[in-house]
This record gives sequence, C-alpha cells and structure tokens, in this order.
Amino acid sequence: MDWLSRNLPYLMAGISVGGQYALIAIGYTMVYGILRLINFAHGDIFMCAGLIMVYASTVLPIYVCIPLVIVATVLIGFLVERVAYKPLRSAPRMSVMISAIGVSYLLQNLALYITGGLAQQYPTIPWISDVITVFGVTTKRVTVITPPLVILLVIGLVFLIKKTKIGMAMRAASKDFETSQLMGIKINSVISFTFIIGSFLAAVGSFLFFSNYTGVTPTVGAMPGLKAFVAAVFGGIGSIPGAVIGAFLIGIVENIIKGLGWTTFSDAFTFALLIIVLIFKPTGLFGEAAADKV
Amino acid sequence: MSDNVLKVEHVTMQFGGVVAVDDLNLEVNRGEIVSLIGPNGAGKTTAFNVITGVYPPTNGAVSFEGKKIVENHPRGKMKKLYTGEHAGDYMKTLMPTPDKITKLGIARTFQNIRLFKSQTVFENILIAEHVRRTSNLFTATLHLNGAEEKAMRDEADRLLGILGLNDVRDELATSLPYGKQRRLEIARALATKPSLLLLDEPAAGMNPQETVELTDFIGQIRDDFNLTIFMIEHHMDLVMEISERIYVLDFGRLISHGTPEVVQNDPKVISAYLGVQEDE
Amino acid sequence: MSRKTETVINVVLIGALLLVLFILEQTLPSTHMIFTVLKKGAIYALVAVSMNLLNGFTGLFSLGQAGFMLVGAYTYGVLTIPVADRANVYMYFNGGLIQFALHPIIAIVLAGVMAGIFAYLIGLPVLRLKSDYLAIATLGFAEIIRAIFQWDKLGPITNGSNLLRSYPSYKSLLFYFIASGVCIALIVMLINSTYGRAFKAIRDDEVAAEAMGINLAHHKQIAFVVSSFFAGVSGALLAMYQTSVQAAMFKSAMTYEILLIVVIGGIGSITGSCISSFLFIILSEWVLRFLDSEMYIGDVRVPLLRSGFRKVVFAVIIMIIVLFFRKGIMGTNEFSVRRIFGRSADKKAKGGSANE
Repeated sequence: MDWLSRNLPYLMAGISVGGQYALIAIGYTMVYGILRLINFAHGDIFMCAGLIMVYASTVLPIYVCIPLVIVATVLIGFLVERVAYKPLRSAPRMSVMISAIGVSYLLQNLALYITGGLAQQYPTIPWISDVITVFGVTTKRVTVITPPLVILLVIGLVFLIKKTKIGMAMRAASKDFETSQLMGIKINSVISFTFIIGSFLAAVGSFLFFSNYTGVTPTVGAMPGLKAFVAAVFGGIGSIPGAVIGAFLIGIVENIIKGLGWTTFSDAFTFALLIIVLIFKPTGLFGEAAADKV
Repeated sequence: MSDNVLKVEHVTMQFGGVVAVDDLNLEVNRGEIVSLIGPNGAGKTTAFNVITGVYPPTNGAVSFEGKKIVENHPRGKMKKLYTGEHAGDYMKTLMPTPDKITKLGIARTFQNIRLFKSQTVFENILIAEHVRRTSNLFTATLHLNGAEEKAMRDEADRLLGILGLNDVRDELATSLPYGKQRRLEIARALATKPSLLLLDEPAAGMNPQETVELTDFIGQIRDDFNLTIFMIEHHMDLVMEISERIYVLDFGRLISHGTPEVVQNDPKVISAYLGVQEDE
Repeated sequence: MSRKTETVINVVLIGALLLVLFILEQTLPSTHMIFTVLKKGAIYALVAVSMNLLNGFTGLFSLGQAGFMLVGAYTYGVLTIPVADRANVYMYFNGGLIQFALHPIIAIVLAGVMAGIFAYLIGLPVLRLKSDYLAIATLGFAEIIRAIFQWDKLGPITNGSNLLRSYPSYKSLLFYFIASGVCIALIVMLINSTYGRAFKAIRDDEVAAEAMGINLAHHKQIAFVVSSFFAGVSGALLAMYQTSVQAAMFKSAMTYEILLIVVIGGIGSITGSCISSFLFIILSEWVLRFLDSEMYIGDVRVPLLRSGFRKVVFAVIIMIIVLFFRKGIMGTNEFSVRRIFGRSADKKAKGGSANE
C-alpha cells in the first residue's frame, strides 16, 4: 500500500502521457498504413500546434484559440503532405523519408527563428489545468480527463473508418495502394484526409500534453514523436487500437522508470522496446504480416 | 555409386494451409539437361527456391553431389498444419542461405530477370566472381590482391566473349535488349563456376528466332562448361528438343516424368495442360 | 590517358592543395574563419562519406551516425586527457577511473575501433531489418548510446553528462585534411574493391546478390562496421577540433544534418559528399551568417533578418534540393581527373560511371 501511494503519481502521469502519445501515434500509424512512410515531421507538427497556441493566446481569448489551433494545425499537416510528399509519390521510399526528415528540419528551424530559441510558456487552459486531488494525489485535471477523452476519440475514429465511405477508401488504400487507385478511389484525397485526421489528433494531443509540460521549444516534438512512432510499431503499424495500447504502455513504463530513479534511461527504454519488438515480432501486437515475393 | 548431381527427396513446401509443392522426388544426373514443366502456379519456381535455399522446405531433403544440402521437417505451427507424409524421415535441420548453396556449385537465373541494374555488363559478371575470392577485406581494400583482381577481370572478359556480349561490355546491364539480358543472367550465373545450373524460364519473352538460338546456346554451354542443367520452361519446342528427361508438375504434384516422347504422350500431362473437361 | 598519368596528376593536385593550405596557414591569422570552416568541413566530409558507404553504396538506410561519432569522440577524449588534468576534469568522480593517457594518433584509431565494436554488436540484431525499420532502429540505438554515455554510474569513465576537456588536440589545418583524406581514400579503395562491388550488388538487388553467392549478413555487417569505424574516427576529430565534448550534442538532429549533406552531394557519390560537406559548412557557418544579424539599408531595417533566419533559409534550400534536384550535385557520378581531362580520349574505356 505504501509502495502504491508512493508510485501512484507516476502511474497516473504515465497513463496521462500515454494517452497523449496515443493521439500522436494514431497519426503515424495511419500515414504508415497508407503511404508506408515514417512521417518524421509529425512530431514537429505537434510542436507547431503548441507554438501556435502560445502566440494565439497572447491576442485572443482561449476559447477562440482552441478551434483556431486545430484549424491551423490541420492546415499545416495538409500542406506538408501536398508540398513535400505528394510530388514524390512515384519516387523511391528513401526519397520520401528524406523529404520527411527535411520537413522536420525546416519546421524546427522555423520554430527556432520565431521563438528565438527560448522556451515559450504555454498558456493555462482553464478547467483542464485546474489542480485537483485524486486518491490523495495532487494533480491537474488534464491527467484524469486524458484517458477517457482519448478512448472517446478512438471510438469515433474507428467508427469513421469502419462505417463511412472515406473510411472504407482508407482501408482499401492501406491494403493495396495501386489496386485501390484502379478501383476509382481518389487516392490523393484519401491521403490528405489521413493527414488531416492525424494533425487534428496531434492538435488535441498538444492541448493535453502542454497543459502538463508547459515549456514549448522547437525540438519539443521530436521525443514524443519518436515515442509515439515506437508505440505505433509496438501495436502493429497500421492498427489504431494497437497504437493506442502501445502508447499507454510506453507512457506508463517510462514514468515507472522515472519513479525508480532511472530518468536517464526513460527515453532509451522506449528505443530498447522498439528494437526488441522489431527483432522478435516485427509485425507488432496486431499487425499483419507482409511477404516478399521472389 | 549413382551419378546424380541433384536429388530431391520427398520435398513438400506448404505456406500455411496451401501446399505449393507436394512430396516432390526427382533426380538430375551428371551432364544431363532436365526440364521441369507444368501449368502456371504448379510450383515449379517454388521447387527452385527450395533447391537454392530461398526458403527451407516444410519437409524433405535436397542432395547435391551426393551430399545433403537442405533438410527439414515440420516444426512449430507447421506440425499441426502439415498434411503430407514422411514427416519423420528428415529429422536433421539443414537450412543454408542461398549464398552457401551457390558456393557449393549451384547457380541460377531468375524468371523475372534480376540483374544489378546500376552496374555495367562487365561489372555484373565481376560481382558474381566475388564468391570465389581468396582475398579478404584488408587485402582487397588495400589492393594487395592484384593478381586475383586481374584473373577476375580476364575471366569476366572470357565469359563475355563466349556468350557474345563483348560488344556491350561497358553498357548498363538494364539498357540491353531483352534477349541479351537473359544471356547476361546466364553469363553471370556461370561466373560463379557452378557444376549445376538452374534456369528459370530462360526463353520467356523471346521471339522464335531468339528461342532457336537459345536452344543451341544451352547445349553449347553444357558442353563447354561441363554443366548439368535443370530448367523450368514453358516453351515446348525448346523443352522437347534439348531435354533428355522431363518432369511434369501440376498443383504441386509430380504427375509424369520420362523422356520427351513419354511425357508428350502421357494422357495425364495432356489433361493437365488442356484442363479436364468431364471426368467427374 | 594512361593510369600512370592519372595517378601523377592526382598526386600533383593533392600536393598543390596541401601546399595552398600550408600557405594559408602561414599567412592568415590562425583565428581566421576560413580555418574553422575548412577543419569542420574536412571532418564532416569524412562522416558524410562514411554514411554514403552505407546509404548510397550498400543500400542500408541507417541513421546511427551521430551515435558512432559520439563513441569515437568519447573514446578519444577519455583516453587522451593528461593524467595531471584528470582530477580537474573528473571533479565529480574523484578524478575518474582511468589513470593513463595515450598518444592522440593511437587514440584516434581506437576511437574508430570502439565505434566499430559497438556497430558490430548493434548490427547483429538490426541489420536483418528492412529499409525504414532499419532507419528507425539505428536511430534508436544512437539514442540509447547517448543515454548510456550520460549515465552517472559510468561517470568514472565517461564523466557522466559533464564536459570532457583538456585533452590534446592538433591545431593545424593540414592535420585534419590529411587524417580525413587518408580515411576517405581508404573508403574509396574499399568501394573499388571486390567487396565494394558486392555492396553495390546488395544495394541493387538483395535476392540476386544472395543468389550470386554474396553472404548478405556478412557483407552488410562489414559495411556497417567499416562505416561506423570511420564515423568514430570523425567523432574523434570533431572532439579534437572542438577542444571539449559532451554527449548531449550528438542528437539525431546531427545525423539528419549529415544525411542531408549526403543527399545534397548525391547519394552514391563520394566526391559529391565531400563537395557538399564543405559547401554546407561554409554556407551555414560563414557565408549565410549575415542572415542572422539585423541589417539596415539607409534607415530601413531589412525585414526578416535576425538570429535563426540563416537556418530557415538553409532548410528551405535543402527542401528544394530534396524535392526538385533529387540527384543532388553529383548524382552517382564521381568528379575525377579522368572525367575532366580525359573525356574524349577515354569515352569508350570508361563507359560505366559516365553512362548514368
């Protein structure tokens, strides 16, 4: 019991940050599912959402900022795809990946230029930033509302993918890119839509994440981004429930490691997990196996 | 001692519940030209892939020059899924990677030509000679293996001469016309100094004129290089003319084998190719 | 043109280059910017070529370069800090565990060896992975390496997350050029050997390469270890150039920069990587510096110019190259004496690289 009360804060922080990773991870897993591209810039889009909020909140009230940030982030995600990935549709996979790294480099440097390299203080979003006490642990409300909110969004997303026409098109495109094109699916709008959803969830993730970790720096998106990607691989790339479970797991274990006093290794753990998964079960928990034809 | 160069015993290749090759037995004797024929999807290339180590068979063994080179039995999940017999006969596990098998002296070509596309014709051959090197990383990097390097280049030029590819020596491999690309694939396989050559549809995509040339050419290289040749081919004129023996696969099963005359008149072969009409 | 004249011309050109550098060093003040950028350019050229060996010539998309540079830099620093200075450098760790100092040249070689050993161990599991999974796994390992080197339990050896400093370093520009040049020459010789041909075969078609008797695991491992060896050496040179080193600087952003240098130069071109390294460093550290400071024309302040703008312009240029000039400066071609002087005479004799 003593152990529990000592570790409960870490566990709760873990669940909460895991939920935030989950929202980013979905963006990775959906893009990879369709384009077979690790969208290295996704973490930076998440960072942009944070920065836009910082600057918007200086001139506008928060309730205007929130929808504005969502729209702006979605727009950035959409533009990144159109400008940096679409022209390379028929290029080798390596070129697209390099382009993604280039976009990440550009967004980070742009942020560096705008912020002057100083960490920006994220505004306090009322209600979700309120301090509350749960099971004798003092925390912000965001910690508690993250998990249900994530689950709600995931249910909505799964519904969208399973039941709507565009969802069906997305599933078809991720099964077989070329054939789905032949079947008359407008592949470019499917891809744009995928980026829009991914960016939307990243924007929502940013509200939650930065309410807890309030310093926004140009490279702040890199680590959560990579961790979310690992979560996506762990869950089986292309699988949304897989990404969510992976993200919660990584968030929790990472915080337990911090609680044990091994903070130096909390990031390394994520990558160790990635490598173990890639070696022993490259398809992840829920992924489908793909075979190479000789 | 029997003089078979290649012996395939009870080889079954099962992908999940799908049986691609079912209890295949065959032998190829020294100096022979033997063909493996059958309708599309009969499992011919799968058989080649098992022989060359691309994937281990679910069950069975392959011997080369009287020595077992591949052997496997159903394991793990396949234990339950395996539907064939002879599962207990091959309890050893031999699963060499394709390069090991090439080193032993089995070379192959591919159905869908796989040349090194950014390399010239000459370099394609040189790459294949890498397998017989005696130099190591250090002597090769420091260029202390001058004699070997020269021997490799001379041998590559000799091969190009024999195969009539001298005039395109420094062209990019992929810029060659189709027929020459096939020829280069054979030249490249020969550069590994094999005693058994596996040809996967060497005449695919060739016009009649080129096919006639190929027929002569296969006979010629067999004699010049002391080879045994085992090939998959759809082109019946070619097959009937140069094969000493023929194996026929259908749905992964061997349905007939023998001399071209025997196979040609086998009703089972005819129905496999034409499709069975009634025959409940 | 015969091979002999080509060699002679090459030797003369290299001699002339070294002479020019020597004269520069004798005439200009040693604090001149040109020395900073040329030294750093030479170091980046080496690490870019080492990355090109993997990504361009063997077709292994690896993003671990910064990690191996870190191993090299630390190996160099740890092994060469004079015993007398150790108490000061390792002030939080009672002067550290190691109480000897090696000759810098020996330490540089050991830096490479150490990086090679790390690469061998990492390569065993990860080299089986394909394209982007390999990229992300090597990126991950680089992060793990960084975490390990910053771990305070290893502080007696690595000095934890504190700076390593006070180790000896060569000041001469010539040293950096010769060291980097020798290493790059070795990589070129490897690429031109039978092993290099095998690497290119793996890049072009793994299945066919294996069928031609090339042991994939073995050859990938060689390319990975050799590439990391030279990344380690370049890390040691970088440590030397900076006179102090800290694990925190070897982030994935550093690998990205090196990758972008390789892309700008042309994936699969050694000379391309070299040219683009110098170009990258000269532009980013020198020529484009003015973009970072406010400027007035008359009384009007030029818009946009302020700290950080340089990197934005730079990133935009990179994106333009990535999107519209995908072959980079050199494509897969090489810049050579033969290509310039011997073009017409040797057109037939060297169709290979000229053809692409």
